[in-house]
Amino acid sequence: MTQVLEEKTIEQRLAEEKISIEVDKLNLFYGDKQALYDIDMKIPEKKVTAFIGPSGCGKSTLLRCFNRMNDLVDIARTQGDINIHGENINKPGIDVAELRRNVGMVFQKPNPFPKSIYENIAYGLRLQGINKRRVLDEVVEWALKGAALWDEVKDRLHENALGMSGGQQQRLCIARAIAVQPKVLLLDEPASALDPISTLKIEELIHELKNDYTIVIVTHNMQQAARVSDYTAFMYMGDMVEFDQTDTIFTNPSQKKTEDYITGRYG
Amino acid sequence: MMDTENLGQHISKQFNQDLENIREEVLAMGGLVEEQLTKALEALNQHDVELAEEVIANDDKVNDFEINIDEACVKILAKRQPAASDLRLVSTVLKTITDLERVGDEAEKIARMAVDIAETKVSSPLNGKLHYGALQHLGSLVKTMLHEALDSFARMDTESAVKVAKKDKKADEEYDAISRQLMTYMMEEPRSISQVLDFLWAARALERIGDHAHNICEYIVYLVQGQDVRHLTWDEIHRLVKKRN
Repeated sequence: MTQVLEEKTIEQRLAEEKISIEVDKLNLFYGDKQALYDIDMKIPEKKVTAFIGPSGCGKSTLLRCFNRMNDLVDIARTQGDINIHGENINKPGIDVAELRRNVGMVFQKPNPFPKSIYENIAYGLRLQGINKRRVLDEVVEWALKGAALWDEVKDRLHENALGMSGGQQQRLCIARAIAVQPKVLLLDEPASALDPISTLKIEELIHELKNDYTIVIVTHNMQQAARVSDYTAFMYMGDMVEFDQTDTIFTNPSQKKTEDYITGRYG
Repeated sequence: MMDTENLGQHISKQFNQDLENIREEVLAMGGLVEEQLTKALEALNQHDVELAEEVIANDDKVNDFEINIDEACVKILAKRQPAASDLRLVSTVLKTITDLERVGDEAEKIARMAVDIAETKVSSPLNGKLHYGALQHLGSLVKTMLHEALDSFARMDTESAVKVAKKDKKADEEYDAISRQLMTYMMEEPRSISQVLDFLWAARALERIGDHAHNICEYIVYLVQGQDVRHLTWDEIHRLVKKRN
């Protein structure tokens, strides 16, 4: 009989992937309180990796380390290395604006600028000094198509973005993030404020975007993590409890804490 | 890993109840199927037409169990989207009841053979001890297998499930021996072929029941360990279970 007895371990899987983000002994403190404990992980390129865990477990904090958003929190202090495409983003002298161009982020609540749809997307390019109308037109169309929004808004590109529905606004934010062609997209609860249909559109979009980007998503919705991600990390009280292929996590997790959390048992 | 105490710890008490219910229903269905098999064998042994007809009539109850448990599982899938061990429980239950329902069908078949055999001449040379003895022996072997498979399910005990699975080989061997014997007999006594065929069908039904018990044991390993051990050899299954325990 030629059947494979054992499934590949996560280490074997990761060895076959190109690694986009590598976290090495990351500790993070908010003042005296430690929020992340010795996080070691490898996030594969052009795959979707989901972070799940109860509120306050550190999943958003970890996500925000990847583009140094925690720098904006005065009392936050990090130790350890994060290598993104081979460069340690925590080393001194790194250009944080450039880092955030490479590592785009979309938040829980859609936050378009109070400008036109067109200008929302052109904004990042204008910051880079690109002002040529022709180039901007092209990028706006490309980004809106990439975010599965073009057909809905192509006739009202110059209307205010705040007049769009929540789901459209969120896809606009994704379009705005990909307009500057990042390598990595960080999505922090991107669909939690949306209705089920808009949520499915975002999920469908995530599925398409992973052809071009490494995606890391934080979500409270476990079914969403199960649907959209290739890999899932379960975090609990600042620890990375388990990291494995999503299929394994949701059918046969190895840690009891993970099992209890995803099956809805008392923790 | 999964254990029986783990079922009742969901934040949702209703979910606990739903899962506990399907588990209990499977055991109740298993109990009924066991009873059907016991009675079918007795009817065959005692030439008891009345008992055989009771078995045939009761097969509807087995079918009802299957339909009801099936529906309960589908509702859980739709409403709860179970994950991990809960998901494995629901999927195991869905498969187990299919096998149990088939065991019920096999018991019904045996009961029908019992009626046929009882209604032909009692003086047939086929009613000699040799064949009945072999058939009853196979019957009690698969009855034990079924009982122990259900017991392993109730206790989520992979080691005992593996032991049951091992007995399936013995059941297959006994079936082979019976069919060889009966073939010789048919060659010697061509006039008795139709009656011998009834006998052979009954033996075949018993052998199939052993296979179903074996299947249930494989599902138990999946339920508890999350490893699909279907189509593996017994040695391979044994090794996987030993490694985990």
